[in-house]
Amino acid sequence: MMASSYNAKEEDGHHSGSVGPGGAGAVKSRKPDNTAFKQQRLPAWQPILTAGTVLPAFFVIGLIFIPIGIGLFVTSNNIKEFEIDYTGMDPDSPCNMCINSTTPCRCSIPFTLEQPFENNVFMYYGLSNFYQNHRRYVKSRDDSQLNGDKSSLLYPSKECEPYRTRNGLPVAPCGAIANSLFNDTLELIYYYPNKSSMSIPLVKTGIAWWTDTHVKFRNPGGNNNLTAAFKGTTKPENWQNPVYELDPTNPENNGFVNEDFIVWMRTAALPTFRKLYRIIQKKKDNLTPTLPPGNYTLEITYNYPVISFDGHKRMILSTISWMGGKNPFLGIAYITVGSVCFFLGVVLLIIHHKFGNRNNNADIPN
Amino acid sequence: MLRRRLNHLFGGDEKRVDSRTIYVGHRQCPGTEAFIAPKFCDNRIVSSKYTVWNFLPKNLFEQFRRIANFYFLIIFLVQVIVDTPTSPVTSGLPLFFVITVTAIKQGYEDWLRHKADKEVNKYLVTVLEDGRRIRKESERIKVGDVVEVVEDETFPCDLILLQSSRDDDTCFVTTASLDGESNHKTHYTVPDTEKDLESLTATIECEQPQPDLYKFVGRMHIYRSDQDPAVRSLGPENLLLKGATLKNTKKIYGVAVYTGMETKMALNYQGKSQKRSAVEKSINAFLLVYLCILLSKALVCTTLKYVWQSRDGQDEPWYNQKTQKEKDAYKFLKMFTDFLSFMVLFNFIIPVSMYVTVEMQKFLGSFFITWDKDFFDPEIQEGALVNTSDLNEELGQVEYVFTDKTGTLTQNNMEFIECCIDGFQYKNRDSCSELDSFCVTDGPVSKLHEKAGREKEELFLRALCLCHTVQVKEAGDMETVSEDQIDGLLPPTEQQKGFIASSPDEVALVMGAMKYGFTFLGLDSKTMKIRNRQNDVELYELLHVLNFDPVRRRMSVIVRSKAGETLLFCKGADSSIFPRVRSEEVDRIRVHVERNATEGYRTLCVAYKQLCTEEYVEVDAKLREARLALQDREEKLMAVYNQVETGMSLIGATAVEDRLQEEAAETMEALQEAGIKVWVLTGDKMETAKSTCYACRLFQRGTELLELTVRTLEDGGRKREERLHELLLEYHKKAVQDAPPAKLGVRRSWVTASQEYGFIIDGATLSLVLNSSPEASSTRYKSLFLQICQNCTAVLCCRMAPLQKAQIVKMVKNSKGSPITLSIGDGANDVSMILEAHVGIGIKGKEGRQAVRNSDYAIPKLKHLKKLLLAHGHLYYVRIAHLVQYFFYKNLCFILPQFLYQFFCGYSQQPLYDAAYLTMYNICFTSMPILAYSLLEQHIAIESLMDTASLYREVAKNATLRWGPFLYWTTLGIFHGLLFFFGVRCLFSNPALQDNGQVFGNWSYGTIVFTVLVFTVTLKLALDTRHWTWINHLVIWGSLAFYVFFSFFWGGIIWPFLQQQRLYFVFANMLSSVSAWLVIILLILLSLLPEILVLVLRKPRGPHRRQKNPGQSSVGGQQSTQASARPLLMRTFSDESNTVR
Repeated sequence: MMASSYNAKEEDGHHSGSVGPGGAGAVKSRKPDNTAFKQQRLPAWQPILTAGTVLPAFFVIGLIFIPIGIGLFVTSNNIKEFEIDYTGMDPDSPCNMCINSTTPCRCSIPFTLEQPFENNVFMYYGLSNFYQNHRRYVKSRDDSQLNGDKSSLLYPSKECEPYRTRNGLPVAPCGAIANSLFNDTLELIYYYPNKSSMSIPLVKTGIAWWTDTHVKFRNPGGNNNLTAAFKGTTKPENWQNPVYELDPTNPENNGFVNEDFIVWMRTAALPTFRKLYRIIQKKKDNLTPTLPPGNYTLEITYNYPVISFDGHKRMILSTISWMGGKNPFLGIAYITVGSVCFFLGVVLLIIHHKFGNRNNNADIPN
Repeated sequence: MLRRRLNHLFGGDEKRVDSRTIYVGHRQCPGTEAFIAPKFCDNRIVSSKYTVWNFLPKNLFEQFRRIANFYFLIIFLVQVIVDTPTSPVTSGLPLFFVITVTAIKQGYEDWLRHKADKEVNKYLVTVLEDGRRIRKESERIKVGDVVEVVEDETFPCDLILLQSSRDDDTCFVTTASLDGESNHKTHYTVPDTEKDLESLTATIECEQPQPDLYKFVGRMHIYRSDQDPAVRSLGPENLLLKGATLKNTKKIYGVAVYTGMETKMALNYQGKSQKRSAVEKSINAFLLVYLCILLSKALVCTTLKYVWQSRDGQDEPWYNQKTQKEKDAYKFLKMFTDFLSFMVLFNFIIPVSMYVTVEMQKFLGSFFITWDKDFFDPEIQEGALVNTSDLNEELGQVEYVFTDKTGTLTQNNMEFIECCIDGFQYKNRDSCSELDSFCVTDGPVSKLHEKAGREKEELFLRALCLCHTVQVKEAGDMETVSEDQIDGLLPPTEQQKGFIASSPDEVALVMGAMKYGFTFLGLDSKTMKIRNRQNDVELYELLHVLNFDPVRRRMSVIVRSKAGETLLFCKGADSSIFPRVRSEEVDRIRVHVERNATEGYRTLCVAYKQLCTEEYVEVDAKLREARLALQDREEKLMAVYNQVETGMSLIGATAVEDRLQEEAAETMEALQEAGIKVWVLTGDKMETAKSTCYACRLFQRGTELLELTVRTLEDGGRKREERLHELLLEYHKKAVQDAPPAKLGVRRSWVTASQEYGFIIDGATLSLVLNSSPEASSTRYKSLFLQICQNCTAVLCCRMAPLQKAQIVKMVKNSKGSPITLSIGDGANDVSMILEAHVGIGIKGKEGRQAVRNSDYAIPKLKHLKKLLLAHGHLYYVRIAHLVQYFFYKNLCFILPQFLYQFFCGYSQQPLYDAAYLTMYNICFTSMPILAYSLLEQHIAIESLMDTASLYREVAKNATLRWGPFLYWTTLGIFHGLLFFFGVRCLFSNPALQDNGQVFGNWSYGTIVFTVLVFTVTLKLALDTRHWTWINHLVIWGSLAFYVFFSFFWGGIIWPFLQQQRLYFVFANMLSSVSAWLVIILLILLSLLPEILVLVLRKPRGPHRRQKNPGQSSVGGQQSTQASARPLLMRTFSDESNTVR
């Protein structure tokens, strides 16, 4: 009987009171436990921020940040970067003729490096106004197909539409990202001062994340006999060669594990982006710079159309420091924040000195 | 005549809705022609809400009726139907979690109810059927069944007591499970029923079921073969309620009148109306703002998307073709789905988890009230009780406290102080120590002799002994005494006797009479026994009891002495007695009464009247008739009572002291200092209440009292209304117009000369003010009255009926600015105001448990109110306010980067963060620290809050949940969001961030922003935390560690069930980049910098904290060990460093 009335009462919300210690029925042990937690008396420290306590912190932050900022700024400034726009919008540009060409078209742009590029030099291609981060684009891929899953190879994910099948055959690799793989070929030719020329060796590997090339991307059925592995699939519409013939020079760099392909598949964050294209290894002797100053020619096999969406194509040569590529932002930001902190420290110090006596009196009880 | 009316009733029985007829034992009665078995509901108790079949739909329906749940359901459905950027899982999972947990909780509770119901319904009871005793299940009892109940059993339904095994035709019950009163109550059998229930042929007519436990009217017709049917009136004393337990009686038989869901118990447990706190209103307002933000964000994005797409080559570049289906879609439909998609993308700005966290905070937080040992009262062995956890924070917002006087401000522990017989004063105190009021005085007899006539004295003392409803606790019941102390039972006297009464003054009076030599020995089947001074036992036949009620404010008994005299003794408040006695007697006694009242005593006047035989016969007949009335019985009885109680002669008056509660004055003073206005609402008379107010320091010596009572109204000798108008205007001028404009937060100071006002009004005048003539003036009076009251430091309303108390509360509650009100009381008469106020507090006092049952919080003593409001209320408010603001803030800076990202991804609804982050952000990464904060934070130590009551004003008027702070938090959120997004944006102007020249993609971008976000919002909370316990350390650093661990884990495996491995090694690669580290550190620091500055530049809050008394050095000692590990940035003010000095 009591139970019934008691439970009926519980309808109106929580009954912490009756559930609590010494709840209903327990007559003798109703006294609440005298524990620190239950009495809200857990030992605690109670920090207070006052001008006096924060002051040194501001100075310390200032003193740490400004040197870091200067270091970053100097590092960034020391990075050599050379950029060339080869879209060919300018009628004078050598690549202007390729804009409306339907067949593969080659053009070459001469340029001069004023300063030597030391150590490894990284060659990037850059695209602007290319929305690799568009949602329809980002999701248009099948990661399990790219991971070498046999069934996904033949039955790609729905997300790949409308690049999922072609002529009744599944597309490998499917999706908009793969279909729009960057397919310009860039070559560098160096002209010695004696007018003889040399093609600069460009390394195709090491440009993608190690985990991507080794784990995330895998060919169906291992790396041997890719032609058989990709049997029953068709190449993406815009590709010239099937996926297993992406790199004719290096059989290990074919199929889904082709590094150019993997780099492309890592969708960029912003509509203007650059992607690593090739690495120019530093010379073994370490005496001559990787790219000495002088005259060069950029040889382009112009395939990739960007005019239709007002895009631009760039080639970037850059050296790299411990902080990555050239970016003055971090250095400037650190110097600014450091200076602001330092300035605030000074202001606070003045406040503290002028009005500090009152504060001090309040701080220290008598 | 009576019969005719009865027959009339019988004829129209089926159509009547306000009474029912029950055939005892289902036997046909000669009075009725056709036996139509009336249909009543069966005795099944259903307290459960659901059955197995309807649980799912019904529960889901109930849950989705909550507006928040419904909103999330809509979002979820949109995600399922429309192609949206985030998978339905991201919002479905949390919603599913919330719904499931709630459903499980409710299901479990319902299962418990089912179990309890079953236990009750399947309980075997004995029913008399055609002379045989049949055992059947409780649920099969029908109305009219004669049920047998044995000792210590509970009654299976509402029964009319027919037969008891006790000789005196009574039985004892306790109603502990009904109203918490554990004393034994006496119930009586229907008089003159036959002993043989087999042959009893009777019908019972009674009102339709109604929930009032203490009201019952009915009538029983007993048919005997040879006579006219006898009629007996039935009242609550004949009704045994379901849920009560039979005590001290071997067995009883009763006939079922109400069964199942129609029993009074079932009718009473249909839940009270839910009170909603003001904080919840603030949340809803903020929610609306955020909903607007959400909608406008979605609208802006949709518009911009179509503007952007209208440019050539942007909508569908060659590399990013649409599917055929998308191309075919109708344009406006597409716009609409785009809008919905944006809504879904940004919907995290209104988080499901906030509701969960708020609920959890409230639920868990209320434990601290129950656990508080300061609320434990050793006398009743109980601590505080929390009936609803929804109102915790409301305790920190109270502006008006309405308090009852008796039992709340005062102890309701009555002590007989003195009496006055025929104008002579008899004081008892000098011969007796104050504490021990029960000692027998040495020579009261001789003392009495000196003053009044002996005859008068004895008459007075007899009157005290006879005119009451006190019961004597029998020796056999003594073992239960210790448990029953709550109910006004006094320790046994030298004769091993205890008295039980509904009101403690009655006991005090009987005890007082005992001191003067007249002892009440008990009531034995209508005969009252008293022992007089000569140690002779006098017997009186108790003929009638004219019960006490608050309207008449008096009670009477009619007794017949051995000598055959019929006497009426009446006692009551002076105002109700004086007009009914001969006026020449009044003056002598009035002096005493008024003097006693100003000293703070409760005074009662005693009068008597001798009834001659004819008079008595007439009175008796009238009383019986009124008692039998089925309709308007109350009114009829009242009329008869008023008729009888006239022309009496006054014998004397008594003064009973009701001592103040412990620390009542300190508590009231603290409340006033905290800016809370205290109103005393009492049914007591003005002088008594006023003196209590002075004693409680509600009125100070310098307080100017503005009186608006019947007395002041009648002063001018003019019409009441005119005088009222005049006085109201005068007081208004004094208190409102001439007073300096009342400023909030101005301390009540004792230095300034500003006059303080106290206001006194009585019930009659109040009703004049509230319901005066229907002219336009009535509303004007009301507003004048309200304005005066609001400018007074304390208001005393005396002579209040319970309903008037609620009326006042309601009036203040609905006045301008809708202040938060709190009512505190201990008795049944306070229930209405407890229910009316925003927060109702019951005191576990002596007047039963009704107030406690209807309250939101119950505390043992008034003094506990101080800690409940000043410490608990303040802390709860600050905690929940911070919780709410923080939740909105953290979701704003969570979603803002996602919104900004739309400008860089072609308004394509591309989420910035991975789905796992979107889902986990509110559930795992940032929920625990704020929960711990909202449970443990003490921005000011509890001791300081108690010591400095004025701190309470800092949070008054919803201070931290107003638009100002909200704007601050919103600005902060926007600032952080902008900083996160554009900071990383600048970094990504060159995405080659690794030292091997490799580039980062969009998921790295999101992960960096998210990492900064999680760290910033957590550290922001850390900055706000003023009270770091180990739990805070654990959850704050723990959730950051968990975030890092989770990110590694989530990105470390190719998850087979995921379609896209977006985050594969993104986090690890991010950490391998120095630039990413540098930008994360920079952004976190930069976002917290203004916060630190604000904290520094704001007035240091130190002084409050430092006023701790040195008494708690034990805590300080523990703190000092912690202090050694303090960080560079912060300085610890441990108690140790303060107390040592």
